[in-house]
Parts: sequence; structure tokens; C-alpha cells
Amino acid sequence: MSTKYTLGIDIGSTASKCIILKDGKEIIGKSLIDVGAGTSGPQRAIDEVLRDAGKTLDDMTYILATGYGRNALMNLACKQMSELSCHAKGAAFLFHNVHTVIDIGGQDVKVLHIENGVMVNFQMNDKCAAGTGRFLDVMARVLEVKVADLAKLGAMSTHRVAISSTCTVFAESEVISQLSMGTDKCDIIEGIHHSIANRVTGLVRRVGVLPDIVMTGGVAQNFGVVKALEEELGQKIHTSPLTQYVGALGAALLAYQETIEE
Amino acid sequence: MSEEVKVPVKAAKTEVSPGVQALRDVVENVYAEAREAKKRGELVGWSSSKFPCELAEAFGLHVVYPENQAAGIAANRDGEVMCQAAEDLGYDNDICGYARISLAYAAGKRAAKKLDSATGQYVIDPNSGKPLKDDSGKIVIDTVTGKPKKDPKTMKPFTVVDDLNEIAKLPEGEEKERRTAALKSYRQMVMPQPDFVLCCNNICNCMTKWYENIARMHNIPLIMIDIPYNNTVEVENANIEYIRCQFEDAIKKLEEISGRKFDEERFEKACANANRTAKAWLKVCDFLQYKPAPMSGFDLFNHMADVVTARGKVQAADAFELLATELEEKVKTGGSTLPFPEKYRIMFEGIPCWPKLPDLFKPLKENGVNVTAVVYAPAFGFVYNGLDEMVRAYCKAPNSVCIEQGVAWREGICRDNKVDGVLVHYNRSCKPWSGYMAEMQRRFTKDLGVPCAGFDGDQADPRNFNAAQYETRVQGLVEAMEVNKKVREGGK
Repeated sequence: MSTKYTLGIDIGSTASKCIILKDGKEIIGKSLIDVGAGTSGPQRAIDEVLRDAGKTLDDMTYILATGYGRNALMNLACKQMSELSCHAKGAAFLFHNVHTVIDIGGQDVKVLHIENGVMVNFQMNDKCAAGTGRFLDVMARVLEVKVADLAKLGAMSTHRVAISSTCTVFAESEVISQLSMGTDKCDIIEGIHHSIANRVTGLVRRVGVLPDIVMTGGVAQNFGVVKALEEELGQKIHTSPLTQYVGALGAALLAYQETIEE
Repeated sequence: MSEEVKVPVKAAKTEVSPGVQALRDVVENVYAEAREAKKRGELVGWSSSKFPCELAEAFGLHVVYPENQAAGIAANRDGEVMCQAAEDLGYDNDICGYARISLAYAAGKRAAKKLDSATGQYVIDPNSGKPLKDDSGKIVIDTVTGKPKKDPKTMKPFTVVDDLNEIAKLPEGEEKERRTAALKSYRQMVMPQPDFVLCCNNICNCMTKWYENIARMHNIPLIMIDIPYNNTVEVENANIEYIRCQFEDAIKKLEEISGRKFDEERFEKACANANRTAKAWLKVCDFLQYKPAPMSGFDLFNHMADVVTARGKVQAADAFELLATELEEKVKTGGSTLPFPEKYRIMFEGIPCWPKLPDLFKPLKENGVNVTAVVYAPAFGFVYNGLDEMVRAYCKAPNSVCIEQGVAWREGICRDNKVDGVLVHYNRSCKPWSGYMAEMQRRFTKDLGVPCAGFDGDQADPRNFNAAQYETRVQGLVEAMEVNKKVREGGK
């Protein structure tokens, strides 16, 4: 049987990610561009993943697109699927005993209930973007720190403050008033991490806190949020260095599944 | 808050069955007769959707329905400007969208085509209209922009809000004529202003303040029937007594308003009609139990207009019975009004986002999803015998019953109508309805073993709906239903 290469493309609201799989098992290429749907990001991510894998589009047996920008790839992808199923598939590939996936992306939060490696139910946040990656971006800007530094700064907190507003705009003004009172930035940051954890916990409890719990999406790189979630849920949360690629990985895996079913 | 709409004017152009046409005509006539009555100087009332219509029928009073009107205005894409008009009057944007539309309308605000005051011409919205097609049916691309050209014949003017009271004060002349001609003229935008209001808070509690405001605005009588929230599945006898006394009081007030005596015979006739309508409505709803269903469940949302506006009229009973006969025939021949093959069956929980019906329907159509269950079937299909049973029936509406009753209604219809999943509209207009949905959703998943997806939206205010977010949730639901199906079929 000849080798099958499948391409998974995840076009999110803030980033474009691609993965190429060999025979549904081995990652031979990946790419991540920090802009998402409606930008040059998708094309750049596709070009880069092909370069990374040393392949061309013609080598691909099946291409599956996911994420908010999936429908813009109608001409390229053989199929579009929701990022819900893709994150479920990707997480189950990385963590065989996963039952719950928490995906915090750029503009939404998803909690997936997984059985035998497939999604059977899910919950998503309401329209409000509080508790998402965008929330962290806004807070980092107000605090004049890099998003990537939030976790290590939060870890230095000694007296965490409560950020109670759920609305991003109100939380921003709450942070500003804390800053004007001279509160330590690290304590504010740790408060922000717990604010996100509080909001996400409600969604997780609706689905059911079923271990193993895996966190995916860009925000999972922030160990401060992961730790806050572990505290709130009283459960270990698993993450992967591939966290941002889980949707694309799932898409590539589902693409491989399609080639078998075909 | 309850439902009902006769969707946009365009729908009338499509070919429909005699039963559906009869249902459309019934609603059209309710409004047309009310307009005629007003012109003759007769009284016209505004009523909440589940006020005991039999009472007004007994007096032969003309009554129209603001919830039905607001849904129609929203479906005609004028919900946003009317909601904004209400907000400009000082009503908070957290208040129900139907209430805002209705309050703006009651205050004289009307959706109108935008006029250029210098030329008197309408100002065309460049984003409106359908793509222009050449003789071979191919879309014509604009060489400058690279985008499809718009067919000028289908382009429409911007919609703005005008004020009837301001127009009335204008001296006779060109401006008055132009502004009057610019007012939108579809049925819901030309409902007569009220001479009295009939409010029953079984359908929602916001209703009370909404109707109080209208009564105060127009300085007209308000007849209020207060239905206590039912904490138990069975209605307390004390509540029946309390409500029956209110019925008696309402009759006295209606005698004063109309100047006529209560006509017992006419009342009995209205009750008989309402029972016939309810039975026929339930029969129509039950056709969704067939696999595949002979109709789209979305049709029920449209037919709700008749249940709301005319259930005490013999014409509504006749029309529903005719539709039931047609559906029976469709089942025999395997036909359906659903414009695509039925692959999945879902319960659609809540009122549709009327301003976004195409967006709502698109991913359902693309994925072969038919709505085969809606809560309106049990909620409005009430049959009674005698006054006490009638009172008991009016105690039960989606927002006046406890969660156990609400779950039982929905799970019953989900089982009977064999649904594969549930799509829940977290309707920002309706706090009570959306408030208990998270718990209901949990129970549906546990008790029925089907996936549920929720999305944010609004029954009338399009600002609360996001099509991309909705599509992702529908696709997720479809993928979860697909997994379930494969498991049921033995993991093939």
C-alpha cells in the first residue's frame, strides 16, 4: 500500500496552523502563522508546512480544513469540519485516556466530552469573549507586558487580587484601577488567570468533570491559567507542546480516516 | 414569550398548498378586519399571545397581537431599527426585543424608506440587492471592483425610523405625502393603535410592564390576568379560584369597554372553536413523528401565527384541519415540504431568530437537519372542558411551568418525534426561558442520550446573533449526531 500524506489546516480567529501526517501516524511537517481568518495567514501557513515537510499539494492524499476560516478553503480542502471534532481527535491522539478537552482559543472556549476518542457532546462560551485568548491579549496590553511573559510573572504573585468582572472591557478598567492603587502587576496577573479559570470552570462543570482532562489551544501555553484551572477543578490538566496544533492535528487525522473510509 | 409569525411578504409569492394558504389568509384577515374596524370607529385591542382569547371573542371585539407583530417586523428585517427606536425612548436594550419593537410601535415609531430631503428620492443601500445575472444566468462581475454587480431592480433603500405623530403634525403638502408614502406598508407595520390592552403574564413576566407602558402611553384600559408561576406540575386549586375570579373581573371590564353584555352563547362557541383548533394543531404537529417527516418543523413556527391570533375562530380550526388532511396525504405519498432530504432530526428549543432566518436555516439545510420537535406543540395544544379546565390550561405556558413540567413536555416530544439531537437557542430577549436552559440541556443529554448544542441569539434583535459562531455549533452538533448514529449502527 502506498504512503498517504494528509494535510490538516486550522484557520482560527488569531492564528493559522497546519500539520502534515504520514499514514495517519507521524507528523512530518507543521506550521503556525500568527494571523488567522481573512488574512494572508492561511496561505502562508500552507506554504510553510509544505516546505517543512518537503512536499507539494499534489503529494497530499486528502486535505481537511477546520476553524472559523474553514469555509474560505472550499476550493483547496476536500472537506470542512468543525474545530470541535478536530480538537477532540487531536487530543485523543496525544492522550489516549482523555475524556474532557478544554480548548481556549482566540475568541472562544470549548469544552468537549470525549468517549472512545470521539466527541459525544460539547459546550461553548456565549458570545462574550471573556475568558478567551483575546481577554489575555487585552490585559497584557494594559499591563505593558508580553502575553508570553504572563505565566512567569503570575507565578511570582504573593497576594493575588480578585478580578471579578466577566466583561473584558470592565475587567480592563478593574485592572487599571488596581494599577492606579499601586497593586503589584504579578498579583493582578495571577488574578486574571483565576478570573479565566473561574469562567471556564462553569462550562466544564456543565459537561462534567471527567478525567483525563486535556487543555488545548494557545492559552494552554500559559501555565498560570493551567494551574489556576487545576486548582478550581481539583484535577490534573494535561497539556502538550503541540497545544496550538491540536486542531490541525485532528484535521489531519480525520483526513486520514476519510482516506480509509473512501 | 410566545411565537408566531407570518413570514415575509416574499413567501406569499411561492406556491403553497390550499391548507397553508388558508392559514395565511386567516392571519391576514385578523389584521385586515381590525384595520377596517378601526376605520369604522370600532374598538381594537392588543393582546398577549396566551390571554384567554375566548373572552374577547364573546364580545365580538377585534384583537391583534403584538408578539406576532414584533416577530413579523423582525422577520422583515426591521427589528433592529425598531429596537433602537425603543432604546432612544429610554427602554433598556436588555428588555425583550418583542417588547422594544412593540413599545416603539405604540409610541408611533415606524420603519420607513430613507428619503433624500433635497430630491425626494429614496436613498438606496449599495449593499442591498441580488447579484446581477446575464442572459445565460451567469453572475456579472464588476471589472473595477472584481466583485459581483448588483441587480438594480432588487436593490432597496436604507431603512430608517420615522414618527407617525410628527408626520400627523405636518401641514398638508409634499413633505407629508412623501414621508407617509415612505412608511413600510407590510401587514405588521400597519396594525391599528390600541383602544384597550389584554395582558396575561402566563407567557412571560416582562409582559406586565410592557402592557402597563402601552396602557399609560395611550391612556387606555388594561385588563390583566395574573397567572402565578406553577412550582408544581399540578396546578394548585387555590390558583384556579384566584384566576377564575380574575376572569369574572375581566368580563365586567370588557362589558364596560364594549358597552355590551357578555354573550354566553358566543363564548361557548369560541371555546368550541379553540378546542377544535387545538386538536387540529396537535394533529398537525404529530405528523413530525413520521420518518421522514412530511414537513419542515420550521413550518410550525409560521403556523403558530394562527394559534396565537385566531385559535378562537372557526376559520383557524378549518384551516388546520385542512392542513392535517394534506399532511396525511403527503405521508401516504412520501412527499414533504422540507426542501432537502432529511438526514438528522432535532428539537429546536426556543423562538427562532426571526431577523436571521436564512442564516439559521442554511447550515441545517446543508447538513440535512430537519427540526421535528418544538415545544409549541404541547404548550399551545391545550384542550379543555368547562371553565375550570380552561383556567387550568391557561396556567400552563413555557415560562409559567416548573422545570419538571418543562422537561417532561420537551423530552416527551423528543421521544415521540425521534430526535437525534437538540439545538438550544439562548435567546437574549427571554431571560426566564434561557435561564433554565443550561439545566434542561444537561437533562436532555442524560435522559435522552443525544447531543445538545447551544447558541446565542435573539428573537428580534439581530445584534445578539453571530452567524459564524452559530454555524460552528451546528456543525459540531451534526458531527456529534453522526458519531452517535455510527455507535447505534454498530460502530460501522
